[in-house]
Amino acid sequence: MHLLEFRNISMHFGGIKAIEDLDMRVKENQIMSIIGPNGAGKTTIFNCITGLTKPVKGSIFFSGKDIVNLQPHEIAKLGIARTFQNIRLFKEMAVLENIIVAQHCRTSSGLVDTVFGLGRFRREERIIREKAIEYLEFVGLYDFANTVSGSLPYGAQRKLEIARALASEPSLILLDEPTAGMNPQETGQVMELIENMKKLGKTVLLIEHDMKVVMGISEWIVVMDHGVKIAEGIPEDIKNNQLVIEAYLGKEY
Amino acid sequence: MSLINPLIISIWFAILFLPFKGLKAALISFIIILLTLLLFKSLLRYKNIFKDPLHKIYNIFESNLLTPVYESIYLRYVLFAVLLVMPFFVRDYVLDVAILSCIYIILALGLNVVVGFAGLLNLGFVAFYAIGAYTYALLNTKLGIGFWSALPFSMLLTTIAGFLLAIPALRLRGDYLAIVTLGFGEIVRLILNNWDTLTKGPNGISGISTPVVFSFTFYKLTHFYYLLIFFVVITILITKRVHNSRIGRAWIAIREDEIAASTIGINTTMYKLYSFAFGAFWAGLAGSIFAAKMQFVSPESFTFMESVLILCMVILGGSGSISGVVVGAFLLVLLPELLREVQLYRMLALGAGLVILMIFRPQGILGGKSASLRI
Repeated sequence: MHLLEFRNISMHFGGIKAIEDLDMRVKENQIMSIIGPNGAGKTTIFNCITGLTKPVKGSIFFSGKDIVNLQPHEIAKLGIARTFQNIRLFKEMAVLENIIVAQHCRTSSGLVDTVFGLGRFRREERIIREKAIEYLEFVGLYDFANTVSGSLPYGAQRKLEIARALASEPSLILLDEPTAGMNPQETGQVMELIENMKKLGKTVLLIEHDMKVVMGISEWIVVMDHGVKIAEGIPEDIKNNQLVIEAYLGKEY
Repeated sequence: MSLINPLIISIWFAILFLPFKGLKAALISFIIILLTLLLFKSLLRYKNIFKDPLHKIYNIFESNLLTPVYESIYLRYVLFAVLLVMPFFVRDYVLDVAILSCIYIILALGLNVVVGFAGLLNLGFVAFYAIGAYTYALLNTKLGIGFWSALPFSMLLTTIAGFLLAIPALRLRGDYLAIVTLGFGEIVRLILNNWDTLTKGPNGISGISTPVVFSFTFYKLTHFYYLLIFFVVITILITKRVHNSRIGRAWIAIREDEIAASTIGINTTMYKLYSFAFGAFWAGLAGSIFAAKMQFVSPESFTFMESVLILCMVILGGSGSISGVVVGAFLLVLLPELLREVQLYRMLALGAGLVILMIFRPQGILGGKSASLRI
C-alpha cells in the first residue's frame, strides 16, 4: 500500500522549473531517500508535501486523500512531520518545551479548560509531559531537558528537531539532511535513530548527501536532477546506474 | 578595557543636555557620566578583589538573578500582604499612583500577550483601551447600565475589535503590521474626537457612575484600590495560566519560528488572531475601570503616546515575562512621580534611564531566557 503518492507534480519559481511532472510513490513503513545534486528540487518536494509551497500542477495523495490544497497545520494533523535543512528550533524554549509544543495538534484543551484548570487540561498537561520525556529518551537528549534549545550543540539540535517531528505523532516523517555537519559518530547515531523509527512503524522520507547513510539504510532511492526524476530503485541498482553517475560526476566518467 | 562605549554614552548625554542647560552644563554632565562609567567599569574589572558584594551587583546585570528572587513564593505572599494593608497607612496621593499603576499593569499584561508571547508588534493598543472606556461610559450615561453589567459588554466589544483589527492586519508582518496597528489607534481616537453626537467630541463624557456592589457604592480611593488589586490578581493568574498552556506555547512557537510552528500543526493565523483578541480583552477591562474611576473620559487620554508608554512597560520589564511586565508597568508609572521634584528634567531623566537600561539589559529587567517547565 502506498502511503504517499505524487501524481504529475510540477512546481515553478518564475521561469525555473523546480519540479517537472514528478510521479513518485512511498510505501508504508519504508525508508526512502531522495538524492540528487544541489538544486535538483529535493527540498521543494518536501515543501510541497508539507504545504509550505503549492505546486502549480498535479496532486499529492496521502493515505488516499489529496493534500495539495491543505494548509500546513492541517497536513501536520493528518500525520506528516518534517525537519529542516537549516535547523528551525524554537530557540528560546527549553528542550522539553520544544517537544511539548509539538504535541499541539494531538491535544485539544481550549481557553475555558485552561483558565479554569479543568480536569481535561490537567490530564493533558501531565500526559504530554510524560510523552515528551519519552521522546527525549528516544533520541538520547534526556540530560538536556531543561537546557534552552538555542544553546545546544549542533548535533543535539538536529536530534531535537527529529524528536520534535516525532512528537507530533506522524505516520510519515520527512528528514531534510539530518546528518549535515555531523561527525561520523553522530551520523551513526542518527542512522540508528532512523532505523528505530521504522521499527515504530513510521515511514521515513530522507534527503541526504552522505552516501554512507543513503546506501546504508534506504530501502528505495529516488534520484532527482534538475527537477526531473532520473532513476529509482534499490541502493545496489542506483550505485551502478549510468544516468545517476552522469548526473553526479558529468558525462566523461 | 574598551573606552568607546562609555565615551559614546557620555557624549550622547551631553548632546541631550545641550539645548536645556547650555554648553557648560553639558560639559559637566559629560565629564561626570564618563567618570562614573569608567569607575564602574574598572571596578568590574577588579571584581575579584571585592569578590562578593560587587559580584552580586554585576550578576544582576548579567544573569537572571532577579527572577528567582522575585518569583520566590514567600516574597510574593509578603508583597501581597503589604499591598492589602497599604491603604491604611498612606496618603491619598500614594493610593492614586497605586491605582494608576494597577490600570497600567492590566494594560501592559494585555499587550504582553501580543508583543511578548506572540511576537507581533501592536502600536495601536490604546485603541482597545479607549473602546473599553467609551463603551462603559456610553452604556452608563446613555442607558443607565451599571458597571458590573456593562463590564462584560465592553470586554466583549474590545475582544471583537481585536479580532476585526487582526483579520486584515495579520496579512502583514513586522514593520507593516506596526504601521497598520498605529493607524488603527489613530482612527479610533479621531472617531471619538469627531463623532460629536455620540461621544461629545473633545469635551468628553462626564458623570459616569462608579461601581456598586450589593448597594455599596464605590466612592473612596481605597475602594478602587481594592477593586483594582482584585482585577490585577485575576489578570496575572489567567495570563500566567494561559502562558503555560497549549495556547501560550503555540504563541511562543509562532514568535520563535512561524514556519516550524505551522509544520507541527499550529494554525498560525488563528492563534495570531487569538492573541490580538485576548490582549484586547484585558484592555477592555482596564478601560472600563479607568472610566469608572475617573468618572470622565475624553479622547486625550487615548493618544498614541499612551500606546508607546504601554509598549515601553512591556519592553522595559521584559517582553514575555509576566512578573517583568508588572514591574515595568509599576516603574514607568512610579518614576515620573518620583521625579516630580526635578519637574523640568523629568522626561529627560526618564528617557536617559530607559536608554541606560536598554544598553545594559536589553532583555528587560526581569526578561530573558528562562525555561518555565522543568523535569
